[in-house]
Amino acid sequence: MSENKQEQMNIVFAGHVDHGKSTVVGRLLADTHSLPEGKLEAIKQNCHRNSKPFEYAFLIDALKDEQSQGITIDAARVFFKTEKRNYVIIDAPGHIEFLKNMVTGASRAEAAILVIDAEEGVKENSKRHGYMISMLRIRQLLVVVNKMDLVAYKQEIFDKITTEYSSFLKEIKLTPEGFIPLSGMKGDSVANLGHNMPWYQGPSLLQALDQFSLEADRSNKAFRMPVQDIYKFTKFGDSRRVIVGTIESGRVKLGDKILFYPSGKKTRVKTIESFNSQRKTEVSAGHACGLTMEDQIYITRGEMAVLENEKQPAVSSSIKVNLFWLSRTPMTKGREYHLKSGTAKIACRIDKIIRVIDASTLNPLNDKDQIDRHDVAECVLKLKKPLAFDLAEEIAQTSRFVIVDEYEIAGGGIIREEIKDAQSDIRNKVFLRNFKWEKSFISPHTRARRYNQKSTLILITGLKDIGKKEVAKKLEEDLFHEGKFVYFLGIGNLLYGLDADIKDKGAKEKNRPEHIRRLAEVAHILMDAGVILIVTAVELAQDDLEIIKTVVDPAFTEVIWLGEEVTTDISFDYQYAGLEEKDILVEKIKESLIEKGVIFHPW
Amino acid sequence: MDHLDQLENISVHIFREAYANFKNLCMLWSIGKDSTVLLWLARKAFLGHVPFPLVHVDTRYKIPEMIEYRDRLAAEWNLNMLYGTNEEAIAAKQTFPDGNVDRISCCKNLKTTALKNTLSGQGKRYRFNHEKGKYEVDKNTEPFTGVIVGVRSDEEGSRSKERYFSPRDRSNEWDVGNQPPEFWSQYKTDFAPGTHLRIHPLLDWTELNIWEYIKRENIPTVSLYYDQGEGKRYRSLGCYPCTFPIESNSRNVDEIIEELQSGKLKNIAERSGRAQDKEDGGLETLRRNGYM
Repeated sequence: MSENKQEQMNIVFAGHVDHGKSTVVGRLLADTHSLPEGKLEAIKQNCHRNSKPFEYAFLIDALKDEQSQGITIDAARVFFKTEKRNYVIIDAPGHIEFLKNMVTGASRAEAAILVIDAEEGVKENSKRHGYMISMLRIRQLLVVVNKMDLVAYKQEIFDKITTEYSSFLKEIKLTPEGFIPLSGMKGDSVANLGHNMPWYQGPSLLQALDQFSLEADRSNKAFRMPVQDIYKFTKFGDSRRVIVGTIESGRVKLGDKILFYPSGKKTRVKTIESFNSQRKTEVSAGHACGLTMEDQIYITRGEMAVLENEKQPAVSSSIKVNLFWLSRTPMTKGREYHLKSGTAKIACRIDKIIRVIDASTLNPLNDKDQIDRHDVAECVLKLKKPLAFDLAEEIAQTSRFVIVDEYEIAGGGIIREEIKDAQSDIRNKVFLRNFKWEKSFISPHTRARRYNQKSTLILITGLKDIGKKEVAKKLEEDLFHEGKFVYFLGIGNLLYGLDADIKDKGAKEKNRPEHIRRLAEVAHILMDAGVILIVTAVELAQDDLEIIKTVVDPAFTEVIWLGEEVTTDISFDYQYAGLEEKDILVEKIKESLIEKGVIFHPW
Repeated sequence: MDHLDQLENISVHIFREAYANFKNLCMLWSIGKDSTVLLWLARKAFLGHVPFPLVHVDTRYKIPEMIEYRDRLAAEWNLNMLYGTNEEAIAAKQTFPDGNVDRISCCKNLKTTALKNTLSGQGKRYRFNHEKGKYEVDKNTEPFTGVIVGVRSDEEGSRSKERYFSPRDRSNEWDVGNQPPEFWSQYKTDFAPGTHLRIHPLLDWTELNIWEYIKRENIPTVSLYYDQGEGKRYRSLGCYPCTFPIESNSRNVDEIIEELQSGKLKNIAERSGRAQDKEDGGLETLRRNGYM
């Protein structure tokens, strides 16, 4: 029988330091004859040579550092098989210093074995690891009470630990598969029950492993595929434009209507691409796939593909999360981090810390203004751009994130709640607009080729009377005479027509977002027509720009600040401070448009 | 989806993450079975293409058939093929076959140092010119910041502790005790200037998986892996002075799979034919200092 037809399962061994995880694993390997012949003897000899007692843990702690310190530093992977299936056993370190390695190991597991020392009883990392197992959403947990030989195999001790730890698990809403009294050193209840605990009827650890169930099929949930990349290997003579990504849940087939979030763009699946395999008509969860689309839509890494006729993901730049912190440098308010979820990577800050708790006691740490190493917290994060996600209860895979501090992954967590941000309403209008949009036979790509330009919104802003309109009109005129399809639009041109219904002097500030939204919608139409649109507006702020970028494609928007003094918080692409001759200024702007590929050198 | 499919998909995902995050990416190709499967998986990930250079460390003691095979596939598969050599050590005869240094030091000179210098661009790189059909000194000397490597966690103890994305400091060293966390398919893709990352898409594969995949995909391999009628074959390939064949009658992929499944080789480590592993400290010492 071929190995790859067999079931495979990852199992993590967790628990407090020195409670004997590696010993239990080592014993399991030895008693099931899973070790290369001679390995056991070699390690025994080595121990003898260095006059230290042999331990089964040495089999696992193969690294020299670990043998000399007697603790597991990293989560080693060990391969092991039973009649029923193949296992990858991940032996996670119990020392608090190495919680990040425990998380690394445990996150790959479908089931967890938590080891508690019968003599020492429940310790802080027994609880902390239990908490992490619940946070990482490992569905199956088995508790092993080890070192029963040191307590004379007494049932009372086993019962006491079982009661104490059960009540802890209840608090964090985890239901264990069972508790097993065991001795890794002597071998009781590992592969066989042995005779020392007649009061225990089984199962043995080995039997209990085989009783774990495999993960439920993720293909039946809604389709989710974070976009990893867009491939066009023209250099190799390949004209396919392939959107690649690994399907986190659900399935997709040829002809399906597909949407990308947060942009809300829509198209259909044309082909499913692969190398050296049969043409597929459908792919499902777990596949790292490649899709081509019917339309040449512009999307980038970080968007999430979903199907039109299924549950839509949440999109927001404000999220309520549960997170755990692993870095020595605490997570603090005011500092900028990066959140990575799926393939998206977005700058973020703590907006609010709701509560911080000590995962080893479940006690709240009151009035904490920062999240320290190994703390667990509930907080609100503010993201610089919107993220598409699901809630942890719905689709676990697309609710997960990590936090990067400078170059390091410093923490992780799950999204519990979507909080409406300032653009939520506008974004919903845009999504609806995109769904309902009637596409013409001429694609944006075809238009761009005809006009020899990339349809773009050029926003010129700055102080009043600084000369924005003159520059804009001169730029329009120049481009027009060069044969470009270009249009100038002052924001004031909308006021008495399109905006007549909301032009109320008293409500100027209140209606500002709607004015901006309408301007952006006009821009969207003109850009769809293939135009280079030049818009002028006085002192645009970042909030205004956020609205514009929600409505039109941010990849085709260029912001120019005119003048030396910057009076708003807007982030612009170019600033022209020196107010030189208009002609020179216009030339400079054209140069940057060439650089960005909006227009091309005529030679 | 069977287990081989799962392994393939995870590897493809890792390849694509690497390609999306690193500007100066390369992949080490030792010509052995693992890195050739790795190369095949790259073609899966990039739909028939390999959009980054392949780097081979040529110790000049490689079995000749390996070099022929390398250049044949480089031409057939349109690969951007580079190699580097520690020419100084060879000229100064600082090698084990010359009798001047022990095996471990020879590995350090001809592999570790050659690798470091080839990756950093300080050493000469030779690039395969497809039009002329020969190697030329490469003008590009930019350092590689992401290096894809075909190590597997079942090969040996220290490799079982690796990350998929594993940082190396400025001097190429591996800090085993302080590795970054890696969970939920989120890898360390940010790195400080001067440091780089090793990327390990094959970490979860076993020796048996490799052969099963070679069979399923019909991947070409060198004949050294098969018994040519003398009752011996190579199980792991390296330099000829330090690599020895094992006793085996497997003449093709099917027979190797059968041999591995039968448990005949269960008690023999895969790298048992590699003499440098047996010296004090062995592979772990080599790896800490930048060896693959």
